[in-house]
Amino acid sequence: MSLLHLLTLSPFVLAAALPLLGKAAPRLHKGWFAAVLSAVLFAALLGYSADIRAGSPIIESFAWIPSLGISFTVYLDGLSLLFALLITGMGALVALYSVAYMNSSEESLNRFYVLLLIFMGAMLGLVLSDNLLTLYGFWELTSIASFLLIGYNHRNQRSRYGALKSLLITMTGGLGLLSGFILLYVMSGTYRIRELFEAGAPLISHPLFLPAMILILLGAFTKSAQYPFHIWLPDAMEAPTPVSAYLHSATMVKAGLYLVARLTPVFAGAPEWFWIVSLGGLVTLLYGSLGAVKQTDLKGILAYSTISQLGLMMSLLGIASLAGIFDGEERLLYAAAGTAALFHLLNHAAFKGTLFMAAGIVDHETGTRDIRKLGGLARIMPLTFTVSLFGALSMAGLPPFGGFISKEMFLESMIETMHAGVFRLQTWAVLFPVIAWIASVFTFVYSALFVVRTFFGPLKEELRSRNIHEAPPLMTIPPLLLSALALALGLFPGLAAYSLIRPAAEAMMPIIPASGERLPAELKLWHGFTPALWMTVGIVAAGSVLTLTARRWVKGYDLLPRGLSINRFYDASLRFFERITVRVTSLYMNGSSRSYVKYILGFMLLVLGFILFRSTDVTFQVRAYAVIRPYEWMILLGLAAAALAVPFAKSRTVAIILTGTIGYLMTLMFVFLRAPDLALTQMVVESISVTLFLLCFYHLPKLRTERRAVRFRLPNFLVSVAVGALMTLIALAVLDTNPFDPVSDYYVRESYESAGGKNIVNVILVDFRGFDTMLEIMVLGVASLGIYNMIKLRRKATDVGSRHVEHEGEEARKEASVLREAQYGYDGPVEDLDASKPGAGLPGDDQADSLPDLDGSSPAEHSDRREQPEEDQGPADSRAKGGERDA
Amino acid sequence: MEVVVAIIVGVLFAVGIYLILTQDVLRIVLGTSILTHAVHLLLMAMSMLKTGSAPLLGRGKETFVDPLPQALILTSIVINFGITAFFLVLAYRAYQKLDTTDMDRMPSESSRHRGQSR
Amino acid sequence: MPKGSDIFLQNVSKVVVFIILAFALYLFFTGHGSPGGGFIAGLMSAGALLLLALAYDIETVRKVLPVDFKLVTASGLLIALLTGAGALFFGKPFLKHAFGHFELPLLGETELHTALIFDLGVYLAVVGVTMTILLTIGEDR
Repeated sequence: MSLLHLLTLSPFVLAAALPLLGKAAPRLHKGWFAAVLSAVLFAALLGYSADIRAGSPIIESFAWIPSLGISFTVYLDGLSLLFALLITGMGALVALYSVAYMNSSEESLNRFYVLLLIFMGAMLGLVLSDNLLTLYGFWELTSIASFLLIGYNHRNQRSRYGALKSLLITMTGGLGLLSGFILLYVMSGTYRIRELFEAGAPLISHPLFLPAMILILLGAFTKSAQYPFHIWLPDAMEAPTPVSAYLHSATMVKAGLYLVARLTPVFAGAPEWFWIVSLGGLVTLLYGSLGAVKQTDLKGILAYSTISQLGLMMSLLGIASLAGIFDGEERLLYAAAGTAALFHLLNHAAFKGTLFMAAGIVDHETGTRDIRKLGGLARIMPLTFTVSLFGALSMAGLPPFGGFISKEMFLESMIETMHAGVFRLQTWAVLFPVIAWIASVFTFVYSALFVVRTFFGPLKEELRSRNIHEAPPLMTIPPLLLSALALALGLFPGLAAYSLIRPAAEAMMPIIPASGERLPAELKLWHGFTPALWMTVGIVAAGSVLTLTARRWVKGYDLLPRGLSINRFYDASLRFFERITVRVTSLYMNGSSRSYVKYILGFMLLVLGFILFRSTDVTFQVRAYAVIRPYEWMILLGLAAAALAVPFAKSRTVAIILTGTIGYLMTLMFVFLRAPDLALTQMVVESISVTLFLLCFYHLPKLRTERRAVRFRLPNFLVSVAVGALMTLIALAVLDTNPFDPVSDYYVRESYESAGGKNIVNVILVDFRGFDTMLEIMVLGVASLGIYNMIKLRRKATDVGSRHVEHEGEEARKEASVLREAQYGYDGPVEDLDASKPGAGLPGDDQADSLPDLDGSSPAEHSDRREQPEEDQGPADSRAKGGERDA
Repeated sequence: MEVVVAIIVGVLFAVGIYLILTQDVLRIVLGTSILTHAVHLLLMAMSMLKTGSAPLLGRGKETFVDPLPQALILTSIVINFGITAFFLVLAYRAYQKLDTTDMDRMPSESSRHRGQSR
Repeated sequence: MPKGSDIFLQNVSKVVVFIILAFALYLFFTGHGSPGGGFIAGLMSAGALLLLALAYDIETVRKVLPVDFKLVTASGLLIALLTGAGALFFGKPFLKHAFGHFELPLLGETELHTALIFDLGVYLAVVGVTMTILLTIGEDR
């Protein structure tokens, strides 16, 4: 454990302690804790930057599962540091912003910040781990945290839909990622990223190289919302705005970029890597920018814009991989694409964070995010207007903002790609700058629309009646800082270039520092009259025209065929799988536990039977027979007779007495088989058990007198006879099969020597295997408490409806379910049972989710009412509801 | 004796399983109890019957029967007592609430869902 | 629980209960050397109390032994756990027992054994569990 480990894990610790801290300081908004921790982490990480800049990464290892070679190794190099600073810095600002933004109830605030902190810790762990499996664990944890945060307003159906969608898509990618990592392990024999780099060239020629690459890219693309997996991101906007700003624009969606950048040294040089990453990125860039223009929701615009910008960075990373196959001057040229990607990452966090927070402020103050209802806010909210303008200008790529510099570098890299002349680029390379230019035009358009529609024009009628004013200062400070950063990155790019961007880019392309070169890191606003600058002029011209005429041509989107959208595909396949699952499941899950028992026994018969007859170690030759004395014959035959008579007993009392007989005969068996302890125990247990059975009967006189034979059923009979036969065979086989030395000899030898007891059985129980005994009496204790709850606490349980009685433990829950059965059930004759109506309602309906609600209003409470009128004092309103439904 | 005991084990298993597969909750409880006896007997048979005296030291005996199965069975007997009691009370409560001991008449989890969407 | 009314049974059980309890005590203490031990002794004691309950009624048992048997279970578990944990203080693994022979007044040389304390935990747990179950069912309406 080192300081870095502690830094990584501290968000989890705070998450665990947050509810308690909240109790200690009830007046303090919990966001402050998160904000302070993030700021501290940011400062601590910044302290490492000098080392990193000097080119000495920090590595700290901590063995986690040593037997599997899994360690929690934190590795801090330029790339990790850039991301870690992004995570903690944005985390601090977002937490600060949320203090003013989130004003829900106490409990849900706890949930919010706990999840936010868990996310932050997971994200830090992700970018700092050196082990692929640890990285994967944190990767999935971010998905889960994101899922829970998107579904934060879980009463809202759209939130749940969005949360599930994001989880399904990112988890699918996550599984691909895991498979890819495992394939990498198969190829290289290591899970450590650093060692993978050293494995180098032999990997490329390995047959598993391409599958591994595709699987890993699946993970990266789903996480970073690349086309066609982008569909979850717009729906994720149901999350509270701070979450959108943090997870779904600044950090989590960039995990895919991080992974691509991190693994560039492994995969760079392969043509497939270049094509998939760069082309996937370009398509996403174009698709996202075209999609953003038609959005009417402020956050919708930002979501599509995020998709587009992620595509931009992804394509740059693809081009940067070309650096792996060139050297000298050209290598540096393509490596500049990597620098551009990482610089844009920073810019994007600054301007997109600004815009999200501004959108949140607008939503907070006006109650809407629909740009058709907004307008004219510039005069009322000048501060918000200013920060939005800054953010939008940077996003559109205009000087003097950071976005301008990275956009210029992006265009230059695209032009440069035309000259690469590898991977059959000659034919298609011209597409790169063309797509980039078109996408940039539309980026300009949506940036402009975001500002113009919200802040210019007349104030709409419905907004006039509201008393709209500037947001509280706490809410405006974070976006103000971020927009200042967006400007500063443009005016003084050197601030970040040498300390952050160059170390990060060199970490991404370690071949460059290794060959003694240094990446050029001069980022400048003014490049001279380069082709990229002329392209920007064209973007502004075309973009302005399109913005002014937007209202006319946006309608054109409606002409696109809707049935073909990826969302439709997603929904349809989800429904399809649900239907198939229900159908397949209902084939064998018929609700009768008897069938399940039969399945279990069937598998047991198959597996054990197979082993018994195929294994050569099993023989049936009994070596030594013990003698049977006449009275032992009597006992054994008595056992068989008593057992066989039980199924035929018509009355339950007789069945119980017969079972008791078996027990007492077993006692005698134990005597003859030289087990005095067992005989004593069995005898007492049997007596108490029979008393217990009879006690139960005493309370249920009707049951005692009811006589009904067990109906004969052939399948049951066959199954039980087969199991019996199998067990006989096993018993015989065991007698001769003895592959191991028995441990008992040790017990016999050591019983007196080291444990000081002469009764070996007792010594085993309390000494050699004392752990078993201790857990055993715990099981007994739990069983007795369960019984106590079932009988004594029943009144209480009925009152509560059947809300899960969690503090009463497992058995109490079982009890609750018995009660629930009762409440649901039926009224009178069995023929009316609802079970007989097939096909009504599918499992997986929402009803299952809201059991507690339904319990109260279950339609058939009168079975209860009739049986125990004095007990059924459920809430009156639920009774009324039940009545309604019945009628 | 081993062969006879093995057959008895089979009979006890068959009867226990058959009882578990019936509809009557009470007979299911009895079935689990009989199954336990079957397992005990099987464990005893595994340890070579009567190859020595009872596992008590200091009584002038040199060979003993295997003490380990006995320890395991002792644990099992007591656990079985707890479990049987628990099952029994579960059945008892189910009967009090539902007025039946027939598994097929107790509303099951799936029928409950169907019942809701009426 | 049926109201006991059999005078003969009541009178016999008055004596027999103590015999059984004494036997249980004997089984408990000799458990390490000859057949017996916490399980058997616990069940036996519970059986004695059950006999009392059958001969008289549960109120009698409650009057004779006014303890909450759930607490008996809990204390048994606690004793077993603490005996096990005690070994940790001597740098031994959990549940490692120790024993020795001591010269005690009146009793002469006696073997003392931490396993006996563990067994006491088992005994109390078994008595508590069995009595909880029996009394719970017995007292049900």
